[in-house]
Amino acid sequence: MAGKYQAGVKEYRHTYWAPDYVPLESDLLACFKIIPQPGVDREEAAAAVAAESSTGTWTTVWTDLLTDMDYYKGRAYRIEDVPGDDAAFYAFIAYPIDLFEEGSVVNVFTSLVGNVFGFKAVRALRLEDVRFPLHYVMTCNGPSHGIQVERDKLDKYGRPMLGCTIKPKLGLSAKNYGRAVYEALRGGLDFTKDDENVNSQPFMRWRDRFLFVADAIHNAEAQTGERKGHYLNVTAPSPEEMYERAEFAKELDMPIIMHDFLTGGFCANTGLSRWCRKNGILLHVHRAMHAVIDRNPNHGIHFRVLTKALRLSGGDHLHTGTVVGKLEGDRASTLGWIDLLRESYIPEDRSRGIFFDQDWGSMPGAFAVASGGIHVWHMPALVSIFGDDSVLQFGGGTLGHPWGNAAGAAANRVALEACVEARNRGVEIEKEGKEVLMNAARHSPELKIALETWKEIKFEFDTVDKLDVQNR
Amino acid sequence: MAEVQDYKQVRRYETFSYLPPMSAEQIRAQIQYIVAQGWNPAVEHVEPNRSFSHYWYMWKLPMFGERNIDTILAELESCHREYPGHLVKLIGYDNYTQSQGLAFVVYRGS
Repeated sequence: MAGKYQAGVKEYRHTYWAPDYVPLESDLLACFKIIPQPGVDREEAAAAVAAESSTGTWTTVWTDLLTDMDYYKGRAYRIEDVPGDDAAFYAFIAYPIDLFEEGSVVNVFTSLVGNVFGFKAVRALRLEDVRFPLHYVMTCNGPSHGIQVERDKLDKYGRPMLGCTIKPKLGLSAKNYGRAVYEALRGGLDFTKDDENVNSQPFMRWRDRFLFVADAIHNAEAQTGERKGHYLNVTAPSPEEMYERAEFAKELDMPIIMHDFLTGGFCANTGLSRWCRKNGILLHVHRAMHAVIDRNPNHGIHFRVLTKALRLSGGDHLHTGTVVGKLEGDRASTLGWIDLLRESYIPEDRSRGIFFDQDWGSMPGAFAVASGGIHVWHMPALVSIFGDDSVLQFGGGTLGHPWGNAAGAAANRVALEACVEARNRGVEIEKEGKEVLMNAARHSPELKIALETWKEIKFEFDTVDKLDVQNR
Repeated sequence: MAEVQDYKQVRRYETFSYLPPMSAEQIRAQIQYIVAQGWNPAVEHVEPNRSFSHYWYMWKLPMFGERNIDTILAELESCHREYPGHLVKLIGYDNYTQSQGLAFVVYRGS
């Protein structure tokens, strides 16, 4: 009932710490890892985070009394220890669904992480996971096509797909670039990819690239009898230019385009994803800049949250890391966010870093893209880890083949198919991968030489960001 | 390191078409996999010059619920005998995802 206005500063816990609160099915739930400043106790820190990411501010204000704060406020409802780390704790916060604009990942981020990360009472803060209620999921765009529709459009079933980022990262002319694309596709890859920093530079303007790539694709399709695509990067300085590039890709009858959802932003990504659904074009999403946000285990946003946000915003492919290649990624944690990207219902599972049950309803899933420092020797592990609903991308691992891209592509394709064929037969390909590959190489000189070329390369550094587990 | 070799362009047919044509045991093993996954096996075929079409001819209907490997193999071979020049594909329909869990060309046509 109506209370009296009392000016002044109250401890946050009086309003925002609610250990008896039972979250509603319609609440958005968040798990933050908090490292408070010395002398700030847990409940107060958790309550402060809840307040500053929802309705509160540092002092009472008279306008609070015009509204029903109990209806709108965020509540910290649970605190847990972080296994293996005494300085930090997990705070679970529930937000009423009405705090968020429908279908707006932008708004969710602005609310949850827009303000509170600079808060002085908190030394470090990490958003570990978010539970989006199905009520909210259904207001969002989601992947424009998703896994099943993509497979149906491309007629590719029963295996992971293969891609290749064209290298060198920058510097090729449009025509030479198209040559690299043509060779990789005619040799057996399904897709080739613009590197994320290829937008429209002086050495290669976007329109010229699109024209030569389209030529390469149409030729490779005609000669192989298989559908091919190249992720044409439409990430642009402004939304208008982004749509201009997307429209041109459509004019050229291209099946797929690409966008960087973090540097381009969620606003651009959501708009583009809606455009893709309206125009029947697949969307490959790259995650440039993610490691700025997600690599530090104490501060930032965990990649699983970025994955969920992307699924809501829209995209048919998302880069998820390789586990085994040149870039960082803990295996259990990666498997966790891959499930969040692809599955319909994912139960809580702390062993894979999943803090909440997540129900996506009938929102389609997106393909997990593994890209970065992988080559033929990794194929058995990749097929085993990622399963069929994935795109395995070998940039250097195709273009670095001693006989060129077509041979490199063929080597990768033979290796992939041999692993899938063996797996289907019941062979444990992670253990017996070497035999599977050597056997396949007997019928493929391209694969044989690839295996000889890369046998010594490994990337064995300990991961910086691991799941929190009990000290051994 | 050997000299650079020429890569000869060859027509392909998606999954497993980069491997040599399968032996009888290998085909049985893939049928076994389809059955074990709970998918519905089906046979389709098409003239080689129309392989790009989304819709091939259905050989009869999908063998819903069929788990006998010999029965499935017999239909595959039957279709091939009837249409010796056609590409003949074995499919495993997955009605949970409403997709094809596996699909590969067994007979690669003339």
